[in-house]
Parts: sequence; C-alpha cells; structure tokens
Amino acid sequence: MAQRQQVLYLWLAEAALVMPVVAWAFHDGSSGEGPCIPDGDPPYPTGEAALSDGWMLLQIPHVSRIEKGQEHQPAYLSYEFVFERRVEIAS
Amino acid sequence: MSTADHRLTSREMTDFVVDGCLVLEGLVPEDINRRAVEEMKRIFQGKIARIAGQPNPLDVPPQPDTLEPLSACYAPPSAIGEYLRLPRVQGVITSLLGPDPVFDHDFVHFLPAGSEYGQHLHVDAIADSRDPSFDVQIFYFPREVRPGEGGTRYVPGSHLRFVRAEGLSRYQHVVGERQFAGPPGTLLVAHHGLWHCGLPNPSSSDRWMHKIRLNPTQPQVRLWNTDDLDEIHNGPADHIFANSSSTSAAARFRTMLPWQQGHEARLEQVARARLWRYLTGDPSFDVDYYLTRLESRGQLTENED
Repeated sequence: MAQRQQVLYLWLAEAALVMPVVAWAFHDGSSGEGPCIPDGDPPYPTGEAALSDGWMLLQIPHVSRIEKGQEHQPAYLSYEFVFERRVEIAS
Repeated sequence: MSTADHRLTSREMTDFVVDGCLVLEGLVPEDINRRAVEEMKRIFQGKIARIAGQPNPLDVPPQPDTLEPLSACYAPPSAIGEYLRLPRVQGVITSLLGPDPVFDHDFVHFLPAGSEYGQHLHVDAIADSRDPSFDVQIFYFPREVRPGEGGTRYVPGSHLRFVRAEGLSRYQHVVGERQFAGPPGTLLVAHHGLWHCGLPNPSSSDRWMHKIRLNPTQPQVRLWNTDDLDEIHNGPADHIFANSSSTSAAARFRTMLPWQQGHEARLEQVARARLWRYLTGDPSFDVDYYLTRLESRGQLTENED
C-alpha cells in the first residue's frame, strides 16, 4: 500500500468555517483510487461539513489589511480554505 | 433601417450590469448559420496556414484589421458580416458600445466531436483598468449546443472583479456558474471582464464558435432605448435600511447571484452602482447609500491628507 494526498479547496462566503461554500476545486493524488467528493453543487454546504466528512484543514485564509484605494474593489474570492485527506492505494 | 427599435431597454441594461452578459437565443437565421460555419472553416484553415508559414488559401475571406470600424468589417458576401449586421445585433451593440465600435480582434474556435480539450477559468485581460468603460465580446454559436455538450462555461456577475487573466484558474467550480447551451444561432454577449472558459466537446458534432471583441469609441452613456429609464432610475436615498423602491434600478442591483453571499456581497452593489453611474451619466445614483455616504463624509476632510 502507498499513501497519496487528496486536496480540496473551498472558498467560503466569509472568513468562518461555518459559512457557505461559493466555489471549490478538488485534486486527487490517488488518480481515482481513493474516495471521491460528494456529488453536489457544491459538494459540501460549509467548510465545517467538510471537516465532519474527514477532511483535515491545511490552510485558513489570511485576512489582510485593506490598502488605500482598495476598500471597495472586489477581486478574487477572499476566503480560501484548503483541506487534505490521505488515502491508501495499492502500490 | 434605424436600429432604435432594436436597442436594449433600461431594464435589460440593468440585467447586463448585474450578470455581465445576456443571451440572445436562436437569433441568427439558419441560412446564415449554415454559411457561417463554412466561412469559419475557411478562416480556420487560413489561420492554420499562417501559423505553419504557408500561403493563405485563396478562398479565405478578408480578415478585419484591429482598429477598423465594425461597419467596414466582413463586407458582403460574408455570413459573419450578415449576423453582425442583423438589426437586433446592431441594436445590442449600439446599446452597449455606440453605433460603430472598433474591431479589436476575433477568433474562430473549433473543437472536434469528442475532444477532451478544455480551458481553465480565465478572463480576457492581463489586468484591466479600474475605470468603468468596457469592451464587449460576442460569442456566436451557429450550431446547436445541447446541455452538457460543452460550449462555454461562464460565471454571471463576475465581470466587475479586478483580477488577472490566469488568477482564476484555481476555481474549478463556482456556485451558480452556467454552461452555455442553446439552439443554432444563439449569441452570448458579454462584458469583457466575464469569467469564462471553453469546455470539452463530448457530443458527436463538431463545435464552431466565432468570438469577436469590440471597443467603444464614445462614452457609453445612455446609448440604449431610455424610454423606461425614468421608471427605474433612482436617486441616492434609495436605501434598504430606510426607504426603498421595489422596482428601482437599486432593487435590481441588490439581487445577488448564488456565489455572491455574505456581507462582502455588498461590494458587488457598490461596483454595480459605479457602472450604472457611468452608463447613465448620473454621479448621484446609488444603491443603499454606500457611495454617497463616503463621498459626503470625504468632503468634510478633503483638505486633509
């Protein structure tokens, strides 16, 4: 058996894990041998729901200082949480 | 024939401000669609020949130059020119850019049946200016695209975000994104800032799409049919926490899309208000008083650093 990493990005509406998921990305180091993410749009309703399903939190978003002139300019999705899951595959 | 009757209404313009796009379903007649596909094939072959350093095939139609007025592009006989000169298409172009915008560039997108090639989400700008002026891109699908058969994926409401072209590639899915589908001759007319990408083509039909980018040559102020503007245009006091109208432009601009959740969604309202100020030429317009409050307070300290 060998270990592989699955990575799940969840972008939440606000900075807390209980907030709704607004975007996501899934990268599967097991090339399909490990479990997939749930079907759904989105796969989890909140970041906390991903924790409950066994995902381990790797990164929480840095809440940065607002620069002068940037106060009201929407740009990228602000609240990026990264999770991982390590799965065993046949080596 | 005047394009006046074919221009967008004020309500349709508020939809464009919110979504960053509009879909004109099955607008182009089948006769034009059929000939447009043949024309696209020749243009595509010409582009391949140029990339390979070979001479242009003889039957490739003349390609417009950047900075050429749209009225001079794709002169007859050209099916692409015919669709661009349809009264409704001219009306939409006039509403958003003025009567004779400038040709920026175009491209024929071809994806054979069964192709697994797909793009990641992007925006067609390295990084754009912050002023509210905008270009328009028209995506023309001359053949039917059924649901799930690829087409273009796009995120309504994403056009007012200040991002770099490829900085979006990490977003595999956004809640509420749409996948283009429509009958032959459907156009997706989009603000240049709309997040989008081409999808694989799992269907059994080749997919052709013509995409053209046009630039305005005049301020994009009240170019549409403004007959209904007074019905919806509001002043700075239309405030959801005080008194507000349910039929105003501000009410439309409060409507958030599925991915625009949380308190930060109010930044979308501010961005929409800024764009509507530009489009209407009214610097006092506001949604929920956000800009007016700051501007009024700013005047109190404008001589301070």
